[in-house]
Amino acid sequence: MSNTIISVENLSKQYRLGMVGSGTLREDLVGWWYKVRGKEDPYLKLGETNTRDAKAGSDYVWALKDVNFEVKQGEVLGIIGKNGAGKSTLLKLLSRVTAPTTGCIKAKGRIASLLEVGTGFHPELTGKENVYLNGSIMGMRREEITRKLDEIIDFAGVERYIDTPVKRYSSGMYVRLAFAVAAHLEPEILIVDEVLAVGDAEFQKKAIGKMEDVSSGQGRTVLFVSHNMKAVSTMCSRTLLMEDGSIAFNGNTDEAVDRYLSLGGVQNDLLRFEEDLPDNDTLIKLHYSKIIIPESGVIKTSNVIPIEVKLSFSEPIDFFHLNMHVWTASEIHLFEASTEAIKIAKGDVKTFTFFIPKWLLNESQYFCVFNFVIDKSRVIYKTPRVLRFSVVESLEDNGLLWYGRTYGVLSVKVDSTIS
Amino acid sequence: MQVDKENWSLIIEPHEKWWNLRIKEIWSYRELVLIFVRRDIVAVYKQTILGPLWFFLAPIFTVVAYNFVFGSIAGMSTDGIPGPVFYLSGTTLWNYFSTCFTATSNTFTDNAAIFGKVYFPRMIAPIATVISTLFKFGVQLLMFFSLVAYYMFFTDSNLEITKWAWLFPLLVIMMGGLALGVGIILSAMTTKYRDLKNFIGFGVTLLMYVSPVIYPVSAVPDSYKWFVKFNPISPIIEAFRLGFTGVGTVDAIDLVYSGAFISVILLIGVILFHRVERTFMDTV
Repeated sequence: MSNTIISVENLSKQYRLGMVGSGTLREDLVGWWYKVRGKEDPYLKLGETNTRDAKAGSDYVWALKDVNFEVKQGEVLGIIGKNGAGKSTLLKLLSRVTAPTTGCIKAKGRIASLLEVGTGFHPELTGKENVYLNGSIMGMRREEITRKLDEIIDFAGVERYIDTPVKRYSSGMYVRLAFAVAAHLEPEILIVDEVLAVGDAEFQKKAIGKMEDVSSGQGRTVLFVSHNMKAVSTMCSRTLLMEDGSIAFNGNTDEAVDRYLSLGGVQNDLLRFEEDLPDNDTLIKLHYSKIIIPESGVIKTSNVIPIEVKLSFSEPIDFFHLNMHVWTASEIHLFEASTEAIKIAKGDVKTFTFFIPKWLLNESQYFCVFNFVIDKSRVIYKTPRVLRFSVVESLEDNGLLWYGRTYGVLSVKVDSTIS
Repeated sequence: MQVDKENWSLIIEPHEKWWNLRIKEIWSYRELVLIFVRRDIVAVYKQTILGPLWFFLAPIFTVVAYNFVFGSIAGMSTDGIPGPVFYLSGTTLWNYFSTCFTATSNTFTDNAAIFGKVYFPRMIAPIATVISTLFKFGVQLLMFFSLVAYYMFFTDSNLEITKWAWLFPLLVIMMGGLALGVGIILSAMTTKYRDLKNFIGFGVTLLMYVSPVIYPVSAVPDSYKWFVKFNPISPIIEAFRLGFTGVGTVDAIDLVYSGAFISVILLIGVILFHRVERTFMDTV
């Protein structure tokens, strides 16, 4: 027997843009009356002219088109993709918020979704009352909730406030309580969507730990949708990359994440190389400056960043060195670096390469400015901001013990000892 | 694989058969109904100190106004029973109906936030509304009984409790069932036809005037009687009056007719509602 727990077959969902139906009873009744008398529906006619219009083709949109995949028992499947790629639609169909247009989903066991935690929370009710309310909406039995109540309260860390109306809760407490209920659902299939966007570091660890427990310890299946690539790659063995309503990639998580980062268009437009530069001093010609991009297509915080600058010289120089200044996009002057000073002969063409060490630049955008220096001190030319690049967060462990974004200008790996 | 196919516990498909009403599934969610009911009642209590007081004030003012306009000015018949008792007997049941009806007809719009995130049988929401409104109804009923007791013991009115009073639980169920049936039909239709919403408010008012709330059936001219008798609400209110005041124009056939009417409405309502609930999120 196969241990497939979810099977999605040719699943499609079509949305109609604009008004659905004619919208008013009057128009439909008039249309019906015309039809009864064997005439054309005046409103339908209007619609038909519209469909002959050039723009009419976009009246319907496929939010999902022919999606097929299977999930095995106990698997943690990541689902990633740009906004509008169809992730949310897929989850809505899986959690039965809306019905598909074609295709079908088959599942074994209870599916619980955390499309947004805290569904149905009523501000006037106390924490405990909301645990019961929310738990029941999610499909838990009353005695099941009673049995787990202490555990839930403990997990959320809101013991002191459990008899206070949730309208007095801080947003963090609110979310923790909501997630705590969800975490104790024990469905066979759990759908998690972006819960890690909220809550503090300690809570995130708890949440991820719980999800890992649920999948490995209890053999449950988790579908995890997130924009947090680090969390996805930590937790998911397999990942679906969605693009324009279909599955662009289904397989190994690291590969899916790399594809997402490079194809995703998130950073692509920020990797700009200005190769054709305005003519500078005829003495030295700048051919190009560029970054050697790693194979994955993106520069990560765990990569050494090689920056290559090619220059040609029309006159001999005794001492020449190239000096580089790195700025953040928010105009913080980070550091400068220089090559060694060399002797240049007439007509020389040289390639200078700087290596920015790994674990230095944090996820952000940067630009470089180069100085041409002779005689070890005289700057004869200063380039404009010729080189822009962006760095994305690495999935490798940076020793921070959490999965959220790394704060600060730099992302430095610092050794520590405890005595 | 062939064997495996039969193991699916859940199959989500684009269309379902119209007769698949998932009654069993609704039953399995009965705890959720109770929790919704509790939420509705507790939330009303907590919001204001005056909250429950409104349950009393509104019918008192209504009855005073009716007594003045229809009793004193228009001089309409109250079947020989004291005006306040007569009007309160009508409005108590009527208010239950109109509150349930108005609330259930807004099921989809009121619950869009929850429905958009979690699946549970959508019927749970209107069912819970009809039950939690019983609380408000109970408060008003208490007031009505006090008034009846006052007139019976402290005045020489001709009020009497008859054996029709035993039908009271059935009458409440019928009233709730009708409100639920009509309410969910309209809630299903308003998801498509927004303009129906404008109709609901004044439709309720109109319906009240063709129901024996402010007049007894006995006072209706014979040529119009069929019209009032056609209304399934009439036998319910008249039976209620007959039970607790001793005066009313109703017989068993009227009640059976009313019950049959309500059953049909409920069935249509459930079928329509079920058709709409699967995709209404796309249109809200």
